[in-house]
Amino acid sequence: MRFAVVRFGGSNCDRDTWHVLQEVLGVDTDLVWYKEGLPRGYDAVVLPGGFSYGDYLRAGAIAARTPVMQDIQRHVQEGKLVLGICNGAQMSAEAGFVEGTFAVNAYPKFLCRPVHLRVETVSSPFTSRFREGEVIRLPIAHKEGRFITPPETMAALNREHRVAFRFCDEKGKVSEATNHNGSLESVTGVLGQFRNVLALMPHPERASEEVLGSVDGRRIFESMIRHVEIEG
Amino acid sequence: MKCTVRITISLKKGMLDPEARAIRHALENLGFATEALSTARVFLVTMEAASKAAAAAQAAKMCERLLANPVIHRYEIEVLK
Repeated sequence: MRFAVVRFGGSNCDRDTWHVLQEVLGVDTDLVWYKEGLPRGYDAVVLPGGFSYGDYLRAGAIAARTPVMQDIQRHVQEGKLVLGICNGAQMSAEAGFVEGTFAVNAYPKFLCRPVHLRVETVSSPFTSRFREGEVIRLPIAHKEGRFITPPETMAALNREHRVAFRFCDEKGKVSEATNHNGSLESVTGVLGQFRNVLALMPHPERASEEVLGSVDGRRIFESMIRHVEIEG
Repeated sequence: MKCTVRITISLKKGMLDPEARAIRHALENLGFATEALSTARVFLVTMEAASKAAAAAQAAKMCERLLANPVIHRYEIEVLK
């Protein structure tokens, strides 16, 4: 089993993500500079958080159009896993790996806080280690995280159970009061058409060790590992 | 021929424009009453093209491929010269 964390100029969560995968969970993980392309086959690619290309044009827009994305697109078509975290989620949307987009927060301010999330589906390679409806806690850190999509796409996402996480309160209630960035239907984690891509605004790598106050994020990576173990 | 194209990217009708709202609020604080305010982004692109129509078509492709996000944006193209 081999994972890659692809770093771009301006990525800043790449080493944290590598640390969790390699040093906390013991997965053979390469840190790959985007200019190298995908140098070998990987079971999963993680697009890390940060500010690739200084968020010029739109967050993730320029990274999404670099040549390495064509390699990652092929990797997605082969059914392998891609986890886009924060800036990586923005890239995944810009590259068309998931539907919708992440626009400037409803209140246009950088938000950095721990939030509650409700697990909306456990039938995905990223969420199998959770219980449906479970409330977890992960930090968010973004200014462009407001998920938007046309209504007919949102209906399809709901129908196909491709919403992975929504903002909620500590009891799991979803309402505008806990919709931190004004996302459509409080969505903050969405699966691609074949469920092998997850675009996730919160940061699981910042909640994967006891010392950081939450280990809920670790189960996203553990779900991926289990998926690879089972599917080969 | 050398053509310069002005591309204006703005939010589609009905899209929330948080930046515009904040700016409007700041104007209000300065005593400027406004009825509406929206933001847009302008790109001036100079390129070699066979005709003005070809330059406009090329600019439209740039919008589709990179400059605009079809989920939230509309774009206008004007060939300046």
